[in-house]
Amino acid sequence: MGMEGIGARVARKEDKRFITGKGRYTDDMVVPGMKHAHFVRSPHAHAKIKSIDTSAAEKMPGVIGILNGNQLAEDAVGNLICGWMIHSKDGSPMNMGVWRPLAQETVRYVGDAVAIVVADTKAQARDAAEAVVVDYETLPVVTTAVEALKDGAPQLHPVAKNNLIYDWEIGDAAATDAAIASAAHVTEMKIINNRLVPNPMEPRAALGVYDAGDDHYTVWTTSQNPHVARLVMSAFYNVAPENKLRVIAPDVGGGFGSKIYIYPEEIVCLWASKRTGVPVKWNSDRTEAFLTDAHGRDHVSTIKMAFDANNKITGFKVDTIANLGAYMSLFSSSVPTYLYATLLSGQYDIPAIHANVRTVYTNTVPVDAYRGAGRPEATYLLERVMETAARELGVTPAELRQNNFIREFPHQTPVIMCYDAGDYDASLNAAMKASDYAGFPARKAEAKSRGKLRGIGMSCYIEACGIAPSAAVGSLGAGVGLWESAEVRVNAVGTIEVLTGSHSHGQGHETTFAQLVAERFGVGIDTVSIVHGDTDKVQMGMGTYGSRSGAVGMSAVVKALDKVELKAKKLAAHLMEADESDIVIENGELKVAGTDKSVPWFQMALAAYTAHNMPEGMEPGLKEGAFYDPSNFTFPAGCYICEVEVDPETGKTEVIQFVAADDFGKIINPMIVEGQVHGGLAQGIGQALLEGAHYDPETGQLLTASYMDYTMPRADDLPSFQVSTTETACPSNPLGIKGCGEAGAIGSPPALINAITDAIGNNDLTMPATPQRVWAALRSAQ
Amino acid sequence: MYATNYHRASSVEDAVKLASANDEAKYLSGGQTLLPTMKQRLAAPSDLVDLRHVSDLKGISVSGGSIRIGAATTHAEVANSAEIASACPALAHLAAHIGDPHVRHMGTIGGSIANNDPAADYPAGLMALNATIVTNKRSIGADDFFTGMFDTALEDGELIVAVEITAPLKSGYAKFPNPASRYAMTGVFVAKHGDGSVRVAVTGAGSGGVFRQSDMEQALASNFSAGALDGITVDDSDLMSDIHASSAYRANLVKVMAKRAVTAAG
Ligand SMILES: Cc1cc2nc3c(=O)[nH]c(=O)nc-3n(C[C@H](O)[C@H](O)[C@H](O)COP(=O)(O)OP(=O)(O)OC[C@H]3O[C@@H](n4cnc5c(N)ncnc54)[C@H](O)[C@@H]3O)c2cc1C
Repeated sequence: MGMEGIGARVARKEDKRFITGKGRYTDDMVVPGMKHAHFVRSPHAHAKIKSIDTSAAEKMPGVIGILNGNQLAEDAVGNLICGWMIHSKDGSPMNMGVWRPLAQETVRYVGDAVAIVVADTKAQARDAAEAVVVDYETLPVVTTAVEALKDGAPQLHPVAKNNLIYDWEIGDAAATDAAIASAAHVTEMKIINNRLVPNPMEPRAALGVYDAGDDHYTVWTTSQNPHVARLVMSAFYNVAPENKLRVIAPDVGGGFGSKIYIYPEEIVCLWASKRTGVPVKWNSDRTEAFLTDAHGRDHVSTIKMAFDANNKITGFKVDTIANLGAYMSLFSSSVPTYLYATLLSGQYDIPAIHANVRTVYTNTVPVDAYRGAGRPEATYLLERVMETAARELGVTPAELRQNNFIREFPHQTPVIMCYDAGDYDASLNAAMKASDYAGFPARKAEAKSRGKLRGIGMSCYIEACGIAPSAAVGSLGAGVGLWESAEVRVNAVGTIEVLTGSHSHGQGHETTFAQLVAERFGVGIDTVSIVHGDTDKVQMGMGTYGSRSGAVGMSAVVKALDKVELKAKKLAAHLMEADESDIVIENGELKVAGTDKSVPWFQMALAAYTAHNMPEGMEPGLKEGAFYDPSNFTFPAGCYICEVEVDPETGKTEVIQFVAADDFGKIINPMIVEGQVHGGLAQGIGQALLEGAHYDPETGQLLTASYMDYTMPRADDLPSFQVSTTETACPSNPLGIKGCGEAGAIGSPPALINAITDAIGNNDLTMPATPQRVWAALRSAQ
Repeated sequence: MYATNYHRASSVEDAVKLASANDEAKYLSGGQTLLPTMKQRLAAPSDLVDLRHVSDLKGISVSGGSIRIGAATTHAEVANSAEIASACPALAHLAAHIGDPHVRHMGTIGGSIANNDPAADYPAGLMALNATIVTNKRSIGADDFFTGMFDTALEDGELIVAVEITAPLKSGYAKFPNPASRYAMTGVFVAKHGDGSVRVAVTGAGSGGVFRQSDMEQALASNFSAGALDGITVDDSDLMSDIHASSAYRANLVKVMAKRAVTAAG
C-alpha cells in the first residue's frame, strides 16, 4: 500500500468543497430565464377530485402557468412504474395500481401532487398554489397494512382486492412446519418494524430545462442514479427519448435510498418546462420531504423458530405484512421479498425456512428501500428471536449463536443465497472482547447501586450487497441489470479521469476511487479526478444504492485499469525496447525490472497521444472502458454489542456503549469505512430508540411531519462508537470488497432492543423504544 | 412566509405606538417562535415591531433579593448571568436548558411568556417563583398572567417590559424533554419562599398549560424534601395525551420531576 493507495486512511478530497459551502447542489443551479414551481398537494389522505379551479390563481402576480393531470395525460406522459415484478404464490402478477405523476381522479395520500404552479418567484408560485381551488369528496382512509387487508377496509386501487399487492412465499413450508411440530423448543414472537422517514440533509429538488431549438431536455435532479432516471423517464414516462434527455445529478446531500426513485416532481418539472416554455425549478421544503419522500420499513411479522434438544435451529417460519403505501414506488416490491426473505438464514445453519409476505396498499406515502432495505427487517427478526430463545433456553446469547453458526463455505441457504466467505466467530469474539462482555455483571451491579437498570444485547447480522448477477436478478423479476461501468481516461500529461456509473452522495467516491488508481500506477490521488452524475459525460451506469459502489462500481474501475495497464506496459516496453513482461509500474514510473531503465508515467502518456513512436498496430491514445457484472452478491457480516442504562423512573434509555465488529472484506479507506459505520449506527439507533412515522389512523394525516415530532438522532443521543473490522476476502470480485454502507443500520437495532429488554426484564417492546414505551413495559413486567 | 413590514422600535413608547398603528402588527423579539410560524404561513402579521434594540427592555439587575429581567433579555444571558446564578440558580439552570445554543442566543424571556407555549420552560419558573410581569400598562402576577394554552392576560398591543422576581430561599427545576422537540414533556419548578410557602408549577403536562400542583405545595411546605412527595398520586385527568406521552405517563413524570426538582433545590 502506498501513502494514498488501497488501505490508506486518506482524508476525503471532496470535503473541502462540502465544508466550505462550495458544494453545488441542484438548488444551487441557475439557468437564464429560470422560473419557480410549487406543487398543489392533497390535504386529504383519500379523496375524489371533483374539480380543479385555477381561474383565480392564474390571475395572480407572476404566474406563468398552472398545469394539472389532465394536461399531463393529453401529452401522454406515462404512469409511474414499479420496476421489479413479483408474482404471488398462485402465479399471478403483482397488482400495480395506476400512479399518475399528477393525480387525476383520486388522491391517495396526504401530499399527493395535484397540480404544478410555475411563477416568476418561489413565493408567487406558493401564493398562487394556495389560490388553486380543488374540490374534493373525501373517502374513508386506512393507514396500516393490517387494517387495510381486512374485509370492508377502504379500497385504494381497483386492481388490488383487499388492497393486496401480492401474496408471495419463499422456502419450504412443509419442511418448516414439520420442524416446528417436532421441535424440542419453539420461540414465537410478533415483531413490528417501525416506519421511518429517510431525512437526507438535502431535500429533493429538480430543475427541468427544455430547449426548443434542439428539442432537447435537461434535468438536474437529486438522484442516486441519473442513468436509471434517464432510462425510466424515457422508456416509461415518455418525457423524451434517451438521446434527447440529459440527466445531471450534481452534488447530492445524502439519499439513503430515498433518491433512487424517479418521483413525480422531476418528471413534471421537465414536462412543464416544455409546456410553459421556461426552465422550471422546484425545491422541496422539509414538510414536503416528510410527506412525499418514500418512507422505509413498516412491517408486521409473526415468527416461529424451532430448536432441537441440542439447541440447534431446525426451522424458521415467518409471516410478514408489509405496508407499501398508496402506490408502488420504483423498487418497492423487491424490498420485502428478495432483499428481505433471502437473508432470513442470517449467520446460521438453518435447514428449513419458510416466509410468507403480503404487501398492502394504504393511504400513506409510498414505502421503498431505505438504508439496508429489507435486510434490517430480516436481521431484526432473527436477532431478536435468537436473543429471546437464548433467554428461554437458559444459554448465553453468544453460546446459542455459536452453536448455530455456519462455518463451511460456500454455504447454500434454503432461501436462495449462497454465502461465499465469512468468519462469524471472529467478529463475535472481537466484539465480546471489545465490549468486555465478561465484565458486564459487575457493571450491572454498579449501575444498580445508582438506581439504574443496565442491560446488554447482541446482534450478529449478515447482509447482501451489490445485488447480482444481472441474469439472476432478471430471473427474479428485476427490470434492470445490476452491473456497473467505468472508463479510465489517461490524459496526454498523465493525469487521469475515471468516469464511473456509480454516484456519490456522501460516500466519498472522489477519494476512494482515486485510491484505486494511486495503488495501481503509483500516482498521487490529486492527479486523478472522478467524474460521475451526468448522463452526457458518463457512459450508462446503474448508480449507487445497496452498498454496491465498492463491490460492483470499483470492480468495473479495476477492469478498466487492467486494460489501461496492459496498453501502458506495451507502449513502455516499446519505448524502452524491452520485453512487455518485464515492465513494472511503481511510484509513477514504468520500469524494466532488474534494470535502471524507466519511463515516467506522464512521458508514456504523452507518447500515447503524440503517437510518434507507437508499437506496430497500436491505436493512439490511452482510454479504456469496462462493464462489470458480478458473479454473486457479497456478504458483509458482523457482530454488534450494545450496553444501555435505563432510568426506571422515567423509562429513558441511555446508550452507554456500542461495539461494532464488522467483516467488510478488503477495505480501501478505513476512515471512510468508519464514517459509514458511524452513520449507519446512528440511523439504526435512531430507528430503535427515537424515530417513527406516525399517521393518524382516522384522517391519514402524518402526525410526525416535522422535527418537532419526528425524532432524529442527535450527537448527545449517541455514545462514542467502538468500531473495528475483521477481514475475510470476498472471492467474487477482484478487490475482495464486500461493502459497508448499510451494515450499521442493519445490525444495530436488534442489539439495542435486546439490551433494553435485558435491562427491564420484559421482552414485549416495540421500536422506537421511547421513554414512555420503556416505562410502560417496565410497569407491566412488575 | 408572506411579505411583511419591518420596524425597529427605539423605545417602549415607540414600540407600542408602532404596534398600535396597525391591527395586524406583532412584536418581534427573538423570533424563535414567531418566525418559524410565519415561514409555515401559519401567522401573517402585516408589520413586525422589533424589540431587540430597545435598551429599556434588556438586561438583568439584581439588588438585595429583587431580580428584574428585561423582556428582551435572551435565554443565554439569563443562563450565563452570575447575578442570577447566585440569587436564583434554578432559573439560570432553566434558561440553560431551553432549546439549543442558537435558540438560547436569540429567544427571549418576554417572547417566551407572551407565547405561553404549554411546553415552554419559563412559565413554570415564573409561576413557581410568584413573579410579577410588568407591562407598559400594569403589573400582573404570574398566577393571573398565564391563562391557558398559548393564552395570557395580555391585551391587544400590550407590551411586556420586564419580569420581577423576589429571590426564593430555595428553588429547583427538573425537566424531562420531549425526545423530538426537546421542549418540556414535563417540567416541574419548585420554590420555597421567604414566607415559608412553597410553590410547585408544572409545564409540558397540563392540557390547559402551566399549572400549580397544590397537594405537593402543601406537603413540601411542612417538609421540604423529596420524600415528602412519596405519598402523592398525581391525577392524570387534566393532563395532555399525545403521540409522545400518555396522560398516565405524564402523571408519573410530574411526580418524578417534582422530586428531582426538590432534590436539586437542596
Ligand atoms: C428549535 C427550538 C427549540 C426550542 N426549545 C425550547 C425549549 O426547550 N423550551 C422553551 O421554553 N422554549 C423553546 N423554544 C422557544 C424559545 O424559547 C423562544 O424563545 C420562545 O418561544 C419565544 O421567544 P422569542 O423571543 O423568540 O419570541 P418571538 O418568537 O419573537 O415572539 C413570540 C410571540 O411573543 C410576542 N412577543 C414577543 N415579545 C413580546 C413582548 N415583550 N411583549 C409582548 N409580546 C411579545 C410576539 O409578538 C410573538 O407573538 C424553542 C424554539 C426553537 C426554535
